[in-house]
Order: sequence, then C-alpha cells, then structure tokens
Amino acid sequence: MLELLRQPWPWYVAGPLIGLTVPALLLIGNKALGISSSLRHVCAACVPAGIPFLNYNWRAEAWNLFFVLGIGLGGFISYQLMGHPDTVAISAETVRDLKAQLHLTDFSGLLPRELFALENLGNWKGWVFLVLGGFLVGFGTRYAGGCTSGHAISGLSNLQWVSMVAVIAFFVGGLLMTWVLFPLLF
Amino acid sequence: MKNLKYLVLGVLFGIILTKSEVVSWWRIQEMFRFQSFHMYGVIGSAIVVGLLSIQLIKRNRLKTINGEEIRLADKQYTHGTWIGGTIFGLGWALTGACPGPMFAQLGSGVAGAAVLILAALAGTWTYSALRERLPR
Repeated sequence: MLELLRQPWPWYVAGPLIGLTVPALLLIGNKALGISSSLRHVCAACVPAGIPFLNYNWRAEAWNLFFVLGIGLGGFISYQLMGHPDTVAISAETVRDLKAQLHLTDFSGLLPRELFALENLGNWKGWVFLVLGGFLVGFGTRYAGGCTSGHAISGLSNLQWVSMVAVIAFFVGGLLMTWVLFPLLF
Repeated sequence: MKNLKYLVLGVLFGIILTKSEVVSWWRIQEMFRFQSFHMYGVIGSAIVVGLLSIQLIKRNRLKTINGEEIRLADKQYTHGTWIGGTIFGLGWALTGACPGPMFAQLGSGVAGAAVLILAALAGTWTYSALRERLPR
C-alpha cells in the first residue's frame, strides 16, 4: 500500500479523483472549481490601483485562496514527503524531440532545470519560459474567463458550450507554440 | 474557521495533481505532441466523473451540507473566450503549467514556480487594467 502511494498515480486513478473535486466543492459550499480566479483575488487584494475589474469584495471569495494555499501544501506533501521518482517517465519520442528541438540534456525533475532554474533569468530563453510564459497564462486565463479547471473540468462537466470553445482555443494556442513557435524560436 | 474545509480539499487536490505528474512540464509537452495518453486520460476521466456527479446532483436536487440549494452559473461567451483561450494555450505550452499546478510546483520545491506565479499575477493585473479596451 505504502509503495503504491509512493509511485506516480495512473490516469484512471487521478482523473476520477480530480473529477470528484467538482461535486465535493459544490456539496461543501456551493463553489465552482476554478483556480485562475485566485490570481485575480490576489491582484484585487494587493494592487487594486483603482482598476474597476479589481474593485470588488475579494474577501467574499477567500475560499479560493485557501484552496490554492492547500494545493501548494499538497505539492509539498506529495513530492517531499510521499516520495517520487527522479525522472518523469515520459515517452521515448518526447525525449527524442525535446533533445533535438530544445537542446535539452537533463531530463530529471518535474520541470527541465535548463529552462526553469532561477539562474536562467540571466538569459533570454529563461525570460521567455518563466516570465513571458507565466504572463500569458495569467493574462489569457482571465481574458478567457477560466483555465483548465474552470473551463475544461468544471465547465465541460456542466455542459457549457462556451467552455468547449475555450478548451479548443487552449489547444490551438498550445499546438501553435509547440509545433510552430518552438521550431522558429529555438 | 469556515475556510478550513477548502484548505483541506486543496491539499488533496494538490497531492493528486502532483502524484499524477499533471504538474510536470514534461507531461504537458508529451500531451501537445500527442505522444502519450496520460494527460488525455486524466482530463477526460475527470470530465466524465464531474459530468456524472453534476447530473446526480441535479436530478436528485441535492443540497449543500448547510442545506442550501446548489446553483451552477452558466459561463458567458465573449470574444475573450477564444482570444484569451489561445493566449493561455501559448503560455500553457511554454510553462507546462496552468494556474493550479504552478502552486503545486512551488510547494514541491521548484523555486522557478515563484517567478511563474508572479508573472501570472502581472498578466492578470495587466488584463484587468486593459479590459475596457480589449475586444469582448
């Protein structure tokens, strides 16, 4: 049992558990799963700067901030206390492609250190992945009115066609970056 | 402490995301290159279970633990749905993280995730400031 908890979990265990978060949040407090809103609440709490979109009672949405704080704690418990393999077991094709296209050599960790270590802020590539990447996520999710949790999981679970449009757009953007912009930029 | 239950659920959610490697940049690259079923399996089965749960809640008119009627708001379409969605997609492929995983990555000990979160906050703030001037 302990060994099972230490190993990475397969999709058919993790996916249904993620799905159960939707009714769990509804049943314990009438809340819709959606994580990107937490970014807006932090902006509203820290730097509202007279912007109408950031002028609302964010305290009423504080549950969302507790939820993401929990996610952070969960990441710590899972990775540091429950154990993990050194390398994520991705497919051989992906390893081959990333070696050829992004010139990666170190495949250990949850993220490639060659792109996401803090010292990469000293070069343009690091700025693209860390700063531009993060910025696009924050800008795009709010503009779209949700992210993978709010649109893909919670929205599609409630049969929202708007969420289907959003999820298709997420993929259009992701495929464009991976297949067109990566080869052009790197 | 009425928010404690959300903290607990968040911890469980973070453990699931990390244990299934959904928070890994490698897994997202594998997904966008169609080289593994893992991410499609996670997202697809999450939607199926979420959908069945919501149907159950609706058909049985289940109430919250406090006896409130469960309300589900409809998502509103704007041009931002696809423009913003595409912008997020570009960022998702770069960072390998949607907002949830960024917090889990930080907790797991990836220092770079702090930069990702700050940059995402800057992105959300910039959108908020420009909102009136963007196509909607």
